[in-house]
Amino acid sequence: MEENSNNSRRGFLKAGLLTGAIAATGLGAFEALSNPEKENSGDTVKLLSPDGKIIEVDSAHINPHIPEFLVAGGGIREGVPGKRFVMVIDLSRCKNAGKCRKACSKMHYLPESRSFVKIERMQDAESTAPYWMPMTCFHCDNPPCTKVCPVDATFKLTDGRVGIDNTRCIGCRFCMVACPYSARVFNWGEDLYKMTDEEIEKAKKHKACSTHVLGTVEKCDFCPHKAGNNEIPDCVSACPNGVFYFGDENEDVVSNGDETVRLSQLIREKAGYRYLEDLGTKPRVYYLPPANRQFPFKEAPVENI
Amino acid sequence: MESADKQKQIMDELLTDLLPKKFGIQGKLWVAFLLVIIGVGLYAYVQQLTTGLIVTDMRDFTSWGIYISNFVFFVAISLVGSLISAVLKLTNVAWRTPLVRISEIIAVAAIAFASIIIIVDMGRPERFWHLFVYGRIQSPILWDVIVISTYFTISLLLLYIPMLPDIAICRDQLKDIPKWKQKIYKMLALNWSDGHRQYAIVNRSIRTLAILIIPLALSIHTVTSWLFATTFRAGWDSTNFGPYFVSGAFMVGAASVIAVMYVLGHHYDLKKYITAKHYDNMGKLLVLLSLIYLYFNINEYLVPAYKMKVLEGEHLKALFYGDYAPMFWSVQILGMVVPIIVLLFKKGRSPLPLFIISIFVVVGAWFKRFLIVTPTLLHPFVPIQHVPKSWLHYSPTWQEWAITSATLAGALLVVTLFVRFFPIIPIWEMAEEKGIHMTKKR
Repeated sequence: MEENSNNSRRGFLKAGLLTGAIAATGLGAFEALSNPEKENSGDTVKLLSPDGKIIEVDSAHINPHIPEFLVAGGGIREGVPGKRFVMVIDLSRCKNAGKCRKACSKMHYLPESRSFVKIERMQDAESTAPYWMPMTCFHCDNPPCTKVCPVDATFKLTDGRVGIDNTRCIGCRFCMVACPYSARVFNWGEDLYKMTDEEIEKAKKHKACSTHVLGTVEKCDFCPHKAGNNEIPDCVSACPNGVFYFGDENEDVVSNGDETVRLSQLIREKAGYRYLEDLGTKPRVYYLPPANRQFPFKEAPVENI
Repeated sequence: MESADKQKQIMDELLTDLLPKKFGIQGKLWVAFLLVIIGVGLYAYVQQLTTGLIVTDMRDFTSWGIYISNFVFFVAISLVGSLISAVLKLTNVAWRTPLVRISEIIAVAAIAFASIIIIVDMGRPERFWHLFVYGRIQSPILWDVIVISTYFTISLLLLYIPMLPDIAICRDQLKDIPKWKQKIYKMLALNWSDGHRQYAIVNRSIRTLAILIIPLALSIHTVTSWLFATTFRAGWDSTNFGPYFVSGAFMVGAASVIAVMYVLGHHYDLKKYITAKHYDNMGKLLVLLSLIYLYFNINEYLVPAYKMKVLEGEHLKALFYGDYAPMFWSVQILGMVVPIIVLLFKKGRSPLPLFIISIFVVVGAWFKRFLIVTPTLLHPFVPIQHVPKSWLHYSPTWQEWAITSATLAGALLVVTLFVRFFPIIPIWEMAEEKGIHMTKKR
């Protein structure tokens, strides 16, 4: 029963994501739909045609849309067309399992000591209960980091992400002091984070993944090679407790891999908020408060190693 | 009108006193000492270039260290050029004449090494040209690049144009020097011939530049303060930062002129030109500037300390009685309060005490910039967790000290070599003050 409802939600997400892709690319994508050589799978999905009609197509006839920016030659300054990526982090579910960190380090070829995700031990007041708070780059809509960059090496993309061009960055680290969330890290030395040639080749295939260029800044990139392919980033899928939801604000849909929900409904019903809202940075990462926790808070060493 | 003989006598005295002199053994040792420091710094910089900024103790939280505080220090010192050669000129302060060139060469040397240390701080110095090709005018760094290069140009002109008559004197008077040196003087003198119109042009240019340099001086240090004040960080998020930086800059600038004029005055026996009156006046100027700086310090620390917002409070506690307290109180007391008290007394403004106080002010100012940059970075909004313990403190490595010392030594070397080859006290202006007409009737 549970399984079934999950499946139908997944199907819904798939349809939703595909609708977005087709709307963005227009007729080009429809040509792919009329591919006659493939056999029907019997599994149909509903799609919205450009003239506003809902049509039902067999899923075998749908070719995955590959965003232009992922094709060789596409620039890292191009966002995924038609998307506005967004993340929701449910603090009531986090027990500091640390899987998101590990998955992120693996995905980005980072040593285990380093990751673009942090899990902070937070306590709002002395009298209130502590909780774990995973943090990524917030990909703010009014980002203080891109504002101060002297050479446009970090920038806001159309899909809501904040990107970094490591071939442009001069290493002044102004963005690091400007970011109020300490989301950015610097490649201080080559030995610490050096990737093998093979790893660099692999990373280059999915464009936007940083190759830890010495003397430049990097950070969480919202994994555009996954997000752009309608997949969820590794930190989201690695979490055993479904803490992270990732999705598209344009479609108003987020998913944590197990369930797919309406973004607006989720943050409305669970009192979602954004960290340090009064700074005016407009983060694209929302938090759900640590109420009705799934796990009792278990103290773990947060000392610095 | 004095007789021609008398005039010639005065001029000869000026020439023997003020024409550049060869280094004695002390001078040579001093230059060798500076060169050794620069050599060690270069060696450290080669290490940094090959292995990256990992040779420093800067890490993801303390991402700016003594390179940046040293940069702010240099920019601060450079403001003295505009103070002595512009503010005192436009207010018709007569005693400034022998100090003008000292202050202007300090300004030029400081601003040059400010640019160098900022390149040293870059993770990718070879991409420096990106600033010009991809520059974003919205970034305060671009504002700094623009105002600093403009200030450097105007300061260089303000050093060079008033020096033309003196370079011509060197060209005409220094005969027992190698041919190539004579050639350089000749080239630099731009055919100066003490003509009536030439002096008119020089005087007009000096006045124009003196007016131009004041807003520029305010801009360079205000913009430098904005590198910090435009961020959200506790301790930097302050509208007081512009005037706070500018007032501190004038104070350390005045102190640096006092230190240099004392050393030069004693080494070259210039008591006739840099007199007790000059020390007394500079002492009064320094105490005035220190009082202004004290006022901005009270604003900067008392107001947030009254409110004690959480992060600001943590930052202030670290300064007032935490890790940084010994440095903070040494700097505030020895580098600001003690100078104010001592310099209020006439005896305190006599040469030796004033020299010692000015060294206190300069050294204090260097560490003050460290206290402005680093403690703030250790108090971010998100608590520092799960990082190597060593990242919680910032203690610069020997490479950082070596490179920083090398830039300080480099600035001193520029001043030293300048004194070796050019008259540090303007001969022609001193001659005019003594009633000699430099202009030839032509």
